[in-house]
Amino acid sequence: MREIVDRIYRDDSRRVLATLIRLFGDFDIAEEALHDAFVAALERWPVEGIPANPRTWLVSAGRFKAIDQLRRRAAFDDRRPEIERQLTELAEQEPVIADSGDITDDRLRLVFTCCHPALSADAQVALTLHTIGGLTTEEIAHAFLVGAPTLAQRIVRAKSKIRDAKIPYEIPAAADLPERLDAVLATLYLIFNEGYSATFGATITRADLCGEAIRLGRLLVELLPEPEAIGLLAMMLLHDSRRAARTNEHGELIVLDAQDRSRWNREQIREGQQLTERALQSRRVGPYAIQAAIAAVHSEANSAADTDWAQIVVLYDLLLNMNPSPVVELNRAAAVAMKDGAAYGLDLINGLLARGELANYHLAHSARADLLRRLNRTEESLAAYAMALELTTQEPERRFIERRMASLKH
Amino acid sequence: MKYLCLIYDEESKWDKMTQDEAGKMMAEYGAFTGDIQKSGHLVGANRLQPSSTATTVRSRAGKVSTTDGPYAETKEQLAGYYLIEAKDLNDAVQVAARIPSAKLGAIEVRPVHAM
Repeated sequence: MREIVDRIYRDDSRRVLATLIRLFGDFDIAEEALHDAFVAALERWPVEGIPANPRTWLVSAGRFKAIDQLRRRAAFDDRRPEIERQLTELAEQEPVIADSGDITDDRLRLVFTCCHPALSADAQVALTLHTIGGLTTEEIAHAFLVGAPTLAQRIVRAKSKIRDAKIPYEIPAAADLPERLDAVLATLYLIFNEGYSATFGATITRADLCGEAIRLGRLLVELLPEPEAIGLLAMMLLHDSRRAARTNEHGELIVLDAQDRSRWNREQIREGQQLTERALQSRRVGPYAIQAAIAAVHSEANSAADTDWAQIVVLYDLLLNMNPSPVVELNRAAAVAMKDGAAYGLDLINGLLARGELANYHLAHSARADLLRRLNRTEESLAAYAMALELTTQEPERRFIERRMASLKH
Repeated sequence: MKYLCLIYDEESKWDKMTQDEAGKMMAEYGAFTGDIQKSGHLVGANRLQPSSTATTVRSRAGKVSTTDGPYAETKEQLAGYYLIEAKDLNDAVQVAARIPSAKLGAIEVRPVHAM
């Protein structure tokens, strides 16, 4: 019985929570009600048997427990008559908890509330992982390398703002959807990146953030199959497919060109490619879908030399058109170097650096160093690597640059 | 639910406006205020005198002290407010975004504590 309840908790607790939040309009009351509902299940199911629809059972159990709890609290409150009236109303109205679209809607409401732009990015991430992902505050704190009390406070503050400023629990209207969806996608991408950029040499928990972001991405695509949601999921899968090949046994970073592509996760690649296709066919192509397409082109090639660099350059052009950014220009320059030759890429990077925006960006200097190395301009390459080294704070990156410099000095 | 929309503007920007430009802004304010009155959002609104007229008051141990100037010296100054009645924060943000000064400075939206 314990196992069955545990399984139902894993599979359904977030949905039950989403519905309880809608019914009570308060995260804390809903979380307590969820807890009480599962306690009740553990007591009663062994005697009465498992209900036909456990989720509906849990929602009504949670609802009764919460109304009870609120009644008891109201006894000490001088606004008692008003609260009593509201509670009676709440108890009488039959909540929509059947297996209908409403449950799906509740989860989508929860996604949009947790990723509301009136909350700080940090708070969005923490609340999303906690409420929708079901992670504990300790788990999230550990993954983001902050103290548990700090993280817990971030969540408390976000919940209070939702309640006190009355951030609505609703799916945005069509007119606001693109902007609000952007905020949701940005939150998922932030979670993914936090795991991805720290994967090398770091703890397993951090890599789990990638898995968690992908799981949330799947949920979003299931609830709201917008092209950009599909594009983001595709991009995350295609990047994550390289995870095993990105580091060696010492936790050292391996760049794309040098990765053993037989270690790429074929299943993730297949799914990522299909999703990319789906996002591109929508005719409403956005930046995430383009980035997924770039990753998909890489995933099709057996080696760096074998890669369709011309297509990648075209895709970067499209991306720049939508989202002008010097970092994207830098990536484009690296692709041009592969397509037309290192000298062409170098010209572009020199121009970019001259503009100043990327002057302190270590990847710009290491990309420049790499092209100089390929052009056999060893002295200049070493100087550029030294510059990159000075600007890098990440340990695996530093070791990578130092290895490159050592091999140049031979 | 009530929200207070605090209008923060750079006073120097208003000072630099030509009479035409300032007149146009005021006309926009007039139209906006009329709109939110019709939609039932408006509870109250006022434009404030410049921050150079402000006095900051403190009372400590029964002793009152006053200082010249606003509570905080910032690049943008509190220039006025709208008190509105809105369904929720989304509704309030939509109203605030239409305040003409949202284009010039910034609007701080604060929910009013229910008494």
